[in-house]
Amino acid sequence: MTAVDFNTILPEFLLAAFALGALMFGAYFGKDKTAATLVWATSGLFIALALFIGFGTEGERMAFGGLFTDDPFARFAKVIILVSAACVMVMAQDYMQRRDLLRFEFPILVTLAVIGMMVMVSAGDLMTLYMGLELQSLSLYVVAAMRRDSTKSSEAGLKYFVLGALSSGLFLYGASLAYGFAGTTQFAGILSTLGGDTPVGLTIGLVFMLAALAFKVSAAPFHMWTPDVYEGSPTPITAFFATAPKVAAMALIARLVHDAFGGIPGEWTQVLAALAVVSMFLGAIAAIGQRDIKRLMAYSSIAHMGYALVGLASGTAEGVQAMLIYMAIYVTMNVGTFAFILSMERDGRPITDIQSLNMFSKKEPLKALALLVLMFSLAGVPPMLGFFGKFYVLKAAVDAGMVWLAIAGAVASVIGAFYYLRIVFFIYFGKDGEPADSNMAPVQWLMMVGVAVIMVLGIVNLFGIEPVAALAAEALVR
Amino acid sequence: MVGLEHYLTVAAALFVIGIFGIFLNRKNVIVILMSIELMLLAVNINMVAFSSHLGDLVGQVFTMFILTVAAAEAAIGLAILVVFFRNRGTIDVEDVNVMKG
Repeated sequence: MTAVDFNTILPEFLLAAFALGALMFGAYFGKDKTAATLVWATSGLFIALALFIGFGTEGERMAFGGLFTDDPFARFAKVIILVSAACVMVMAQDYMQRRDLLRFEFPILVTLAVIGMMVMVSAGDLMTLYMGLELQSLSLYVVAAMRRDSTKSSEAGLKYFVLGALSSGLFLYGASLAYGFAGTTQFAGILSTLGGDTPVGLTIGLVFMLAALAFKVSAAPFHMWTPDVYEGSPTPITAFFATAPKVAAMALIARLVHDAFGGIPGEWTQVLAALAVVSMFLGAIAAIGQRDIKRLMAYSSIAHMGYALVGLASGTAEGVQAMLIYMAIYVTMNVGTFAFILSMERDGRPITDIQSLNMFSKKEPLKALALLVLMFSLAGVPPMLGFFGKFYVLKAAVDAGMVWLAIAGAVASVIGAFYYLRIVFFIYFGKDGEPADSNMAPVQWLMMVGVAVIMVLGIVNLFGIEPVAALAAEALVR
Repeated sequence: MVGLEHYLTVAAALFVIGIFGIFLNRKNVIVILMSIELMLLAVNINMVAFSSHLGDLVGQVFTMFILTVAAAEAAIGLAILVVFFRNRGTIDVEDVNVMKG
């Protein structure tokens, strides 16, 4: 291991060392009593590393003979992953403490999952990709089942585990075919064997890998685990599932199709377009019948993944840029929305029923207004930031000549707007009844109202995210 | 003479048996864990066969990683299953049904 290699993986290395140190600290100094300290320390480290990655490095570096890439694309994804994980953890802390759920393993497992995600988005080889993916998945299986005394939580963990392991198996089978027919597992090596006749084995391998990664981003028709896992896991964990892992898996798909299979866009754009259309419509239609807000957010995330895939399906640098902007906006919206869902309770017990929001505006006008902004943004109503995310991906599809895909996206977003607007309807014009309490810690309030403000103010220049995303996309698509 | 295609056929057959084991199995969750293991081992056969065919060691290195991760995966799967059993008192696949819809 040379100094250059070491410098390139420095953030991952620091996080791994921190995770092991924190485990020792937690185990020797008072177990769960240290949990709150560890949560804050971990979040602080995440933010510090996000700043370091975002501002401290430039250009493109390879480490370990091409196994690991550090380029603007990876850095963009890593910053979103780290910041969103930190936000989710600090807003989870209060909820978990009040419900006696806060174990010191929680921040450590999240750290390990984040290391996995960072390795995923930096992968330059199928082996690195697999190790990152598994480190992330194995940590997530455990956090899903973290509420050990709850039937629902352990069932969520079990379902997630079985379907996640199945998708890992599919991925590996695809990887073995790609290795066999390309003769190498390096992305650059696979890319150089393309051209002329593509061996059919390579295409089959690609399709297997895409199906497996569609599992990880919960794109339909590989979404069946999502509603159950979202509903069964403790709410802070659901918030985590809906943010960082989605960004990592989506960035991973972009990395795989462009870095390894960029020479044959015809083979994968149609697969991604099909996944996108099915996800958008399924997410929009199946959510209508849901009464539980966590299940509803699960279908909402399926639909959102469909839109992000529209960006990737266009197969251009513009499409990757649109996908990155979309994911950044999606994660921000979800942090705000889950900050509110975490606070919903009645008589001190957490509730997730949509009906309990009836006439919520009378009780808490400010929070109701923030929730209105968030729901409008999720639905993609024009003045909010969520609209611009959709606008970018649909524009990328049109520019790539996939007008039908853009039309399908627009239709699905109109259908999907129904269930977001229904929540707004309940809040402002619902039946009279006793609305839910909203018991927020200051940090949750800050997240929710802050995100709502971002959704409105962001329309000025998207906080300058656009050129950064363009730079990241250009690094990936050559 | 046993060639590459024979190995690939066996691996594909084992892989498909693994997938069917997960979806058609109505008995208990341990069988699902065994099916997952079968899928991963099928992949290992593929990897080693290709590695030998190509004269390239990377496939065998990959196999080592897969074996290691498969062990970790089985450990975590069994741990979650134990937690589930404590809550429900059963590990029948039909009883993994608290949430639906």
